[in-house]
Order: sequence, then C-alpha cells, then structure tokens
Amino acid sequence: MDTLFSLAHGFTVATQPVNLLVAFIGCFVGTVIGALPGIGPVNGIAILIPLAFSLDLSPVSALILLTSVYYGSMFGGRIASILLNIPGDSSAVVTCIDGFPMAKKGLAADALAISAISSFAGGTLATIGLTVLAPTLAMAAIHFGPREYFALYVMAIVIVGGIATGNPAKTLVAGLLGLAIGTVGIDPATGIPRFTFGAYELYEGIDFVIVAIGLFAISEFLVYIEQRRSGPVEQVPVGRRSTALRRLTYPATSLRAGLLGFVIGVLPGAGATLASFMGYALEKRVSDKDGTFGKGDPRGVAAPEAADNAAAGGSLVPMLTLGVPGSGTTAIMLGMLVTLNVQPGPLLFQQQPEIVWGLVAALYVSNVILLVLNIPLVGLFAKLLTVPPHYLMPGVVTVSFLGVYSVNQNSFDLLMMVGFGVFGYLLRKLGIPLVPVVLGIILGTPMEQSLRRAMAASGGDVWTLLESPLALALHAVTACMILVAIVREARRRHGEAAAARGA
Amino acid sequence: MNIIAGRRALGAGMLGLAGLAAARPATAFVGPRPECLAPSAPGGGWDFTCRTVGRLMQELQVVDQPVQVSNMPGAVGAVAFANVTSRRAADHNLFVATSTVGLTQIAQRRYPGDIDRVRWLAMLGADTGVILVRADSRFKTLADFLGALKSDPGGIVTGGSSSLGGYDHLRLLLLAQKAGIPAADLKRFRWIHYDGGGPAVTQMLGGHVEVVSTDLAEIAGFVEAGQIRVLGAMAEARLAGAFADIPTAREQGYDVVGLNWRGFYTGGRVSDEHYNAMIAGLKRVYDSEGWKEAARRSGLQPVWRSGPEFERFVAGMVSELRGLSQEIGIIS
Repeated sequence: MDTLFSLAHGFTVATQPVNLLVAFIGCFVGTVIGALPGIGPVNGIAILIPLAFSLDLSPVSALILLTSVYYGSMFGGRIASILLNIPGDSSAVVTCIDGFPMAKKGLAADALAISAISSFAGGTLATIGLTVLAPTLAMAAIHFGPREYFALYVMAIVIVGGIATGNPAKTLVAGLLGLAIGTVGIDPATGIPRFTFGAYELYEGIDFVIVAIGLFAISEFLVYIEQRRSGPVEQVPVGRRSTALRRLTYPATSLRAGLLGFVIGVLPGAGATLASFMGYALEKRVSDKDGTFGKGDPRGVAAPEAADNAAAGGSLVPMLTLGVPGSGTTAIMLGMLVTLNVQPGPLLFQQQPEIVWGLVAALYVSNVILLVLNIPLVGLFAKLLTVPPHYLMPGVVTVSFLGVYSVNQNSFDLLMMVGFGVFGYLLRKLGIPLVPVVLGIILGTPMEQSLRRAMAASGGDVWTLLESPLALALHAVTACMILVAIVREARRRHGEAAAARGA
Repeated sequence: MNIIAGRRALGAGMLGLAGLAAARPATAFVGPRPECLAPSAPGGGWDFTCRTVGRLMQELQVVDQPVQVSNMPGAVGAVAFANVTSRRAADHNLFVATSTVGLTQIAQRRYPGDIDRVRWLAMLGADTGVILVRADSRFKTLADFLGALKSDPGGIVTGGSSSLGGYDHLRLLLLAQKAGIPAADLKRFRWIHYDGGGPAVTQMLGGHVEVVSTDLAEIAGFVEAGQIRVLGAMAEARLAGAFADIPTAREQGYDVVGLNWRGFYTGGRVSDEHYNAMIAGLKRVYDSEGWKEAARRSGLQPVWRSGPEFERFVAGMVSELRGLSQEIGIIS
C-alpha cells in the first residue's frame, strides 16, 4: 500500500502542467533523435543537458525531460531499422532482421505500428517492475560479479549464434570479425593501446555507431549503385497499415521479451542492446516453428522492441537505487543528477521520494505519450519509402555522414565509416551476415573485461570461473542449449538421410 | 550538435549586448573569442569543468563574450593536447580543461610531449582519494589493511575506477610504499578495474572485491548510508561537513595526498601578460560564491593553486607518478 500511496503522490508531481509539457517535448525530441542514424540516446541526452540547465528546470522536471528523451529515442531507434535497414542506435540492430524484410513486403506501416505497440508494452512492463521491485532487485544484482557476468556473456554469444540464419561457418567468421574489431583501442584493464597503429583516433576504440552505419547504410548504398547499373531498381511498395488490432499486437511475445529485457536491464552494464538480442533469440526459439524469422515475421519485430524498452526501464533500477549506471545513457544522466544536487544511491528513495516517485509516474505518462505520438506518425514515416530510391539513397548517405560526424566531430571517423561500408559490401558479396559482426563488437568487449576482472581477482586461476554456483548454473544452461542444438541438427540430418533413402 | 550551436549563437547575440554595457576590464582575460576546450565528449568530467567555469566567467563578467565550450575527445586528452601544442600554442583565447587523470597520462608518456609543452594555469578544486571497505570488513584502519597487504601482497583483492597503472591504482601503491612494502611486492597486488567508483563499490558490496581505492564524490551516498567504511582520505587535512570524521591517511602515519584536481592549461607560447590575465580571471571564478556552490554540488573541495606554484605542483606530481610507474614496470 505504501508503494501505491507514493506512486499516487508521484502522479500529482508528474501531471503538473510543466512536467507534462517537458515529457511531451522530451518524447518528441527523443523519437526524432532515435530515428536519425548515428545520434543515439547517449548523444541526445548529452545535447539536451545544457538545455535542462539553462531552462532552470527543477531536478524532477530535468530528470523527466532526460528520461522521456531516453524512452523516446528507444521508440525512434527502430524507424530507420525498419524502413532503411539502418539501425538508428545499437539496440535497434536486431529490429533490422525482420523489420526491413517486412518493409520490403509492403508491410512497413504494420512493422512500425507493431514496434510502437510492443515498445509501449515493454516500457510499461518495466515501469511496473521498477515500481514494485526496485530496491529488492538492486540488492539481487550485486551478486553478479565478474564470473557471473562472464557466464552471462558467453551465454549471450551462444544464443546469438542461433539468431543468424544460413551458413554456421560464415556466422562464426562474422562473429569473430566483430570480436576482433572490438579489441581495438585502449585496453581498460591495463591502459595500454591495442591495434591502434599509433593513431590517436583509434585510442577510444572504434565507435559502434561508425561500424554499424558503415556496414549497413554505406554498403546498402553500394549495393544500390551496383543494382542500378544492371537495370532500374524496383520501388518498395508502401502498404496501408492494418486496422486489425489483432495483427498489430503480440501480447505473449511482448510479455516474454519484456520480462527478459527488464531483468537484463537491471544488471548494471548489460543494457538495452544485449536485451534486444536476447529477446529476439528467445522469441525465435519459442515461436519460429515455420522458419519465418528473418524473413519478415512480425514477432521478430515485436520481441526486440519490447525487450529493449523494458531494459531501458530496468537500467533505471541500479541508477536510482545504487547510483550505478546500467548503460552509457544512464551514466550521463547520473552525472547530471549529481550536479542538480540529487545524490543517487542507497538513500535516494528515503531522502528524496518526490523525485523518485515523480520520475516513476512520469515514465508511465511518457509511455502513453509516446504511443499516442507514434501511431499517427506511422503513416508519415512510412511515406518516406515513396521517395524514389535515386533521391532517397543519397539522402540516407548524407544523414549518415552527418550522424557519424556529430559523434566526435572528427573527419577520421568519416573515413572509417566509408572503409567499413566497403568492407560491409565485400561481406555481403561473400554471403557473410552483418548482424553477427555487430554483435561481436557489442558483446566482445564486456565479455573480455569480465573475464579479465575475474582473472585479476583470482590471480590467474581459471577454475575460479566455475567456483560460483550462479556462474555454474549459467554455464550449465549454455551447455544444454548447445547440446539441444547439436541433437536437433543430428536428427534433422538423420531425417533428411532417411528421406533420401526412402526416395 | 546543431541545437547547441544555434543556442550559442543566440546567447552570443544577447550577451554581446550586455557586454557592451559593462565596463571593459583593463587587461582582457582572453581575446575576442574565449574558448574552453574539453578533451572529452559532452557529458564527461572535463566537459563539466569547462561548462561550469565558462558559465561563471560569463556571469561574473570576467569575459565580455560567452565562453564557447568545444569538445575534442580522444585518447584520454592526448588528441586535444596534440592539437594545442602543434596548432594553437600561441592562442590566448584558449584554455583547456584537465585533471589528475590527464597528468597521469603525461607522466606515463602517453601524450605527444611532456608538461613543458604547455603552460599550466591553475587548479580550482579537487576530489579526494579514499580507501574503502565494506562496513563489516575485517579492516578497521589503514594500518590493518596495509599490514595485511605487507604480509600477503597477493592475498587481497583490490580495485577502483582506473586501469592498472591509472591514478586510483597508483595512489594505492603510494600508500603501500609509505607502509614499507617493497617495489617487487607492489607488482603482486591484485587489482580489478571498473568503469567508475559506483560500480566498484557495488561490486565490493557484493563481495567481489575487498578494498576499493577511488574518489569520494561519486560514492558519497554509500558512505552516508553507512554501507561502507572509509579507512582513510588522502587529503591534506580533514574534510569539511558531513565527512569531518573520516581520518586522513596523513594522521594515520602515511603521508600521501591523492587529490584528483580539476584545472586548466593553455598553449606553451602564450605571453606572460595573457597568461597572468587568464589566471586573474580564473581566480575571480574561484573566489565567487557560484564556484563554491558548483564545487560543493559535485563533491569537489575548492582548492586553489596557480602560476609558478601550480607548475611546481604539476612537475612534482609527474615525477612522483613517473618514478612509481617505472618501478612497477608500467613504463620503461
């Protein structure tokens, strides 16, 4: 009852006109920022922080502004994924897998509506989780040490292998390429630069955004040029959005992926990207009976969107209760909180309840605003595809250059982006899937770091990895998944062989 | 970025008018376009330093135009350093935010050039290094911890928010040196790097690391909540306010001051006249109520060192960190 009472009080804070206005602006700006390739939630929030200061907003209003931008960009990130096959931010990479094929089938409007609705479902689920479970969950999360994180990332990489369709050997090559790219830069454990060839531009590592935009957008452009040489390129049809709600809502999918996403979001450091991949992989395992995933299955859009929005909510749990950022975005928000004289940490719930509960209530409000804002815009966004490719593609390339330049204001990044574009084109020609490359980059670094931490703590004893019951359990689950996959494959081959003999 | 640029232009217009009305100081702080260079992305620590000081300069009319904050992230400040020393060495419009983190990089020769390539202006505040354990830890004082470390250098898991050889690690080693632990044993310490003080302390609460060395500001909430114990603060004297009962390392017999200070440098060929004017301008910021408030909010202690005194301080710190880094084999 206490919680409900606090939440009711929170709603009186969140529904003050100024806070409603701020939430609306934040949602709108966030959606736009998320939709632009290259400018993700991290940049969006960094851009808006000076605004929050200069408007002299109260801490609650400033926090509401930033979180609604955060949620908004999570909504917006999938727009470019679905329409153009260019992920707007890292957590929208998976949405490309089924979102873009849907758009190619003329179902762009449906895909956008589905992603908005499941984003809403995931976000709301996470907010409920945040309301009810925050302090309990935060205390549970501290039991995740380096060994447990390592086990989690190993599991994630194994699961990811299941996402990719097609040749397993090529998937493996792609994943290893990603892992290799991820090692470039200053090694966080020792501070020593690796594979930088003396170029200072490489010291911070290769920004994920540069790789993603190069691999997806620029290579898409190169493929387009190639196709044009051999004849006119077919225009993607723009269908009308289905009005049947049944075809746009996937409650079971959203619930499964949302719960998973929330739990992953709560673990500091794992974040929305991991959640979106795991959500997709889980859904594929559960529902892909007919092999429709990767070819434009709507559930393949609903699952990652529900998971990444739920993770965004989940990552607020460690931020508010422990003062520990769950992601890059929350790290920046945390810095701003401190300058607003709000000390996040174990005492925040007791000392400044009006901020916490005002924020939680504002999350419910922003989610509704985002849904209401996004559904009517679906038609408008989908119209983008009616632009003929010979106008659209140069526009996409321009936006890509702007987006990448805006990250560091560095022309070296543009060269790298073009380089990755050519590389991506070659990979496409070789039939090597691009998604595992991106995954290797995203998962490789944290996996390596947790392994290094575990080794540093044990003094180099490898067996330490198996000495924690939680880590052992995670590894056991991973081992089971591999076994099941092998048995399935063996049965399939056996079946095929039998069929061949029979025929 | 466009949003900022647009807003800046607007602000520049408005403040330009205000500037005309204000009397122009005899020696201008900087030239026509004051610029604070933050060698980090927007939202980072150096960015915060630039934005806060820039805002105060404007409010205090130290400058007659708004200070433009530009970001040049890369290689922990080395990209900005290279740019300033090679292209903008005589640019008296420019001051660059830095801190102990940047200086550690210079000490370990990770910048293109040594401290004499630039002119060190001043430091305005500092965060304090602390050694932390869980509230239920076996260690009650620094002597307990350092004694245990001395008898079994590889037996205690320590960590903090920097890499091996970073400042959090080095200042723990400085303490250990004062406790008489030989250099060969310093290398045997187990050190886990984290992305910040908060994550390190959370991991400590979960029992994954026993002792954490980091800055106070980020983890102050945990101290107030009573979940962790501060074995010692590496400050020159006891801290003010809520942290007055934290013992310093110095009073426990280990004379180590580990301040993570925030300050500025400018190009190496800036004239004495401009250099002094910049310091005078920064001093006005330091003396203002606004800076005290901003420093308090972000957990910094206001500390002032400038000009030759600051240059000596920087040189002393570099030689100490360089010597230690060589002893433990971080650099040759």
